Order: sequence, then structure tokens, then C-alpha cells
Amino acid sequence: MQSVIQISNLNKIYQGGFQALNNINLEIKKGEILALLGPNGAGKTTLISIICGIVNPSEGRIEVAGYDIISQFRETRKRIGLVPQELTTDAFETVWDTVCFSRELFGKKRDDHYVGQLLKDLSLWEKKDAQIMTLSGGMKRRVMIAKALSHEPEILFLDEPTAGVDVSLRHSMWQQVQALNQSGVTVILTTHYIEEAEQMADRISVMNKGEILLTESKTCLMQKLGKKQLSFELVEPMAAVPESLSTHRLLLSKDNRVLTYQYNTNDEETGIVALLEELKRHQIEFKDMHTQQSSLEDIFIELVKSK
Amino acid sequence: MNYRAIAAIYKFEMSRAFRTKAQSIASPVISTTLYFIVFGSAIGTRIESIDGVSYGAYIVPGLIMLTVLTQSVSNASFGIYFPKFSGTIYEILSAPISFVEIVCGYVGAAATKSVIIGLIILITANYFVPLQIKHPILMLLFLCLTAVSFSLLGFIIGLWADGFEKLQLIPLLVITPLAFLGGSFYSINMLPPFWQAVSLANPVVYLISGFRWSFYESSDIGLGISFAMIVAFLMLGFVIIAYIFRTGYQLKE
Repeated sequence: MQSVIQISNLNKIYQGGFQALNNINLEIKKGEILALLGPNGAGKTTLISIICGIVNPSEGRIEVAGYDIISQFRETRKRIGLVPQELTTDAFETVWDTVCFSRELFGKKRDDHYVGQLLKDLSLWEKKDAQIMTLSGGMKRRVMIAKALSHEPEILFLDEPTAGVDVSLRHSMWQQVQALNQSGVTVILTTHYIEEAEQMADRISVMNKGEILLTESKTCLMQKLGKKQLSFELVEPMAAVPESLSTHRLLLSKDNRVLTYQYNTNDEETGIVALLEELKRHQIEFKDMHTQQSSLEDIFIELVKSK
Repeated sequence: MNYRAIAAIYKFEMSRAFRTKAQSIASPVISTTLYFIVFGSAIGTRIESIDGVSYGAYIVPGLIMLTVLTQSVSNASFGIYFPKFSGTIYEILSAPISFVEIVCGYVGAAATKSVIIGLIILITANYFVPLQIKHPILMLLFLCLTAVSFSLLGFIIGLWADGFEKLQLIPLLVITPLAFLGGSFYSINMLPPFWQAVSLANPVVYLISGFRWSFYESSDIGLGISFAMIVAFLMLGFVIIAYIFRTGYQLKE
């Protein structure tokens, strides 16, 4: 896939000396949905802000569609739409006026048909003449998305787009983002909802303390780091795991009724067959067994903890 | 040039002014009218004419300048400070628009509003005192250059300010005293020699003097010097803003 954003050796040190980004190298592919995951203060918003031109980089180079973001900023910025984290809108403006303002600010000719369709797609048409201050939080969030899409960008940055949004609206936003992506828009989103990344992203970048810990395709990441658990519900409670089973690193639940075995799906030998034989040999009977795959959330927490 | 962006910012700022007509237009007009009533009609009748011009008419250019200076600074500083305060500045900074275009939009709108107010005051003054404008085109040129220069200054203040207090600080502590002491209500030739020399350090003296010359062909300072000062002031404002945008000071950090 063709690269649309190329970030090389990017550093950002704020005036107080705080290093927000440390040698970031990242390639974002055209047409993908990339999720930037990371705890608060990881540097996700700083990274987005630099690409969009809101914050100056200290060092490094960023190219958007082959253009440098500093010397060829007009070419790069006209391709980018940004939905910031905060709901920052002009409270007294109407929805229609503010979206038209955004379009013209990005140098596009006024197009009532396009803006009208955009508002309809985002279920804002009924509120087009309403002042923004009269809208609910969810609607304001959609106004922000409409403003970001007003100039028909090729790349859309969504900085925590569903923060403070109720579940049904969140799901409808996911659908809209996926529809946009299918129309060819590259989407980069930051989120705290791992479920959101798991649901939507093609690739995932995990950031912590200003560094990118890894960037992988979602499926590859799940496969690479995904662990599985096999749990046995015992017929009789067990006082302790027999010494002879210690090589399997089994965990006994607090109520002494569930034995858990953890294994890696990528290993050639998962050890399940051997374990089952051992259990039989020790006459440990179980009435049920089930497996559980570690979620992206588990992977994320493990990654951030380990660094 | 991104002309559409300039027009968008300009229209946005102008519509904000018309949305708050009472604050933007009525308030400066009323306060200037009060100046005419107090200084022009009540006290002015007891003051001799200056350079053959009645006192009431003499203070008209100074009063217009006083309002244009303060309005330009306040319009432009608020215009750029408020997006910073509310966070909507992100959109301006991420748009394909250069600092020259941003300045054109905000400063152009602020200067337009000030010029409109200045002209309304001029029309209002006509009801109180007999007015004559010997060089109307020069008068308009001075009015526009002053409005643009002080809008640039206001824009700098708006970029620099990180709170509403700072936003008011320079207009209150610097601009208003300079405007009052810049010869709005008197000719600096009426001052003792020492204070005349001190007054020459006040840039507003040159603006008011040049502007007054366009009305009555009477001024404290030569027209050429007045004109050179205002152009120098304009250039200085532009250089400072260019530096702010280049370094990102108070904007991109």
C-alpha cells in the first residue's frame, strides 16, 4: 500500500524542557485506519498537532502525500481534516455557518449541496440553523466532524472522537468513519477505548512516554502477542496444584475449583495434549473446559507495563 | 494566496461585530458624542480658537483618532485572543493559510470596523460643530493607515495575552494615556517647551497632527514626518507579527 504520511526522526521538546515526542518514525498507508493507542500523556495529541500544523516540531521531518509539512504546508494541510479532542466551537455561530466557514478557510469554493449532504449524513440537517451552544455534546461532536470534512480531505485525524459520547452514537460514528474510509479517506484515530481500535483499525500503533512502542496490523498484533487461556472447571475442589504439574505453570482459582493454563497460539507445541494426559494420570477430573483469547486491551496493558 | 480564507475570516469577524452592534458601534459613538457635548459645546465655548479653528471643531480629528486607536486595538486583540481562549484557533493554525493571510483577515476586519466607527463619529460631529475637510482623500488615507497600524498592534497584544487582564493592560495603561496626551484636545504648541519635547516621543502625536492637517491644514508636526511615522509603525507591527508566526510564540507551543 502506498504511504500517505511519512514521519522521520521526529522530536518535540516543549519550552519547559518536557520531551513530548522522542524520535518518532512512522509510516501511515493510504486508505488505512490507523489507531494510535497510549495512556494519557503518551504524546498522541502532540504528534497529531504537529502533522496538522498546530504545534511546531523541534526536530525531524514529516511528509504528507510527498510534501513537506513546513515548506509546503498549503499542499499538506488542504489534504487533512482534524477533529480535535476538545469540543471547541464558536458557541454563537449556527451549524451551517460554521461548517461553511471551515470549508472556505481551507480554500474551497462555497458548495451548499455538499455541505447540505454532509449535514444530512451526520444527522445534523434538522439543526443547521441552530446556534452551536444550543446543541447536545454528541451533536457538537458531530459538528466538529462536519467541520473537519467540510473541505473534502483525503486524510482525517480523529483525536478521541467518541469521548463522552453515548454507546449508540459511538456505534453510529464508527459506521460513518468506516464508510468514509471505504470512500478512500485515510483515518488516523486516537482513542482510549481499546474496543474502538479493535473494531475499526487496520493497524495499531502503541505509544508511551513520547515513543512508539510498536506498529503492527491488528490481526498480526493479536497473533503475535495474543495469549490464550484454557480453563478447567474441576469436579472436586483441589487444595493445591500437584508438584508434578508445576512445569505447566497452572493457576488455581481462589475457590480451588478452576485450573487455568496459559499458552501462546504461535508456539509450535501448545502443550495442551501433554497437559490433558497429565491431568488424566493424576486422576484430576473436570466437568467443563473453555478457552479465552487475550483482548487488545490485555495486550496494550502488558505492552505499556513492560516498557 | 488563499483569498477564500481571508474572506472567510473577514466575514466571520464582521458578522461578530454586527451581532454585537450595541457594544461594537453604539458604545464608542455615544461616548464620543459625550466628549463633544462636554469639551466642544460646554467648555469649548470658553476657549479661544486654535490656529483660527474653533475649539469644538479643533478637537474633532483628535477625538476620531482617539476612538479609532482604542477601537482598532480592542477589536483586533479580542478578534485573535478569543479563538485562542476558546480553542477554535486550532482550525486557523491547521488551515492552508499563511500568517499574511491570517493577518489580512483579522486586521482587515478590525480596521474596517474602526474606520466605520470613525466615519460615524465624523458624521455625528457635524451636528455639533461646523466642520470642514480640506483634503478628504488624505484624511481617509490617514484614517485607514492609523486603523491598520493600531489593529496590527492590537493583533500583537491578542497573540501575546494569555489572560483577559493582559488583554486590557496595554490599551488601558499605554494606548489611552498616549492618545489623551497626543494632542487630541490641545495643540502641543500650547505646552511649555520641555513638555513639547517629551510629547515628540509619543507616536500618537504624529498621527493626530497629520490627521488634523488633512482637515484644517494646521498641524504641530510636518505632514511628511507624520506620514513617515505611521508607515514606520505599520512596518514594525508587521515585522513583529511575522516573528511571532515564524517562531510560534504563544501560538504553536
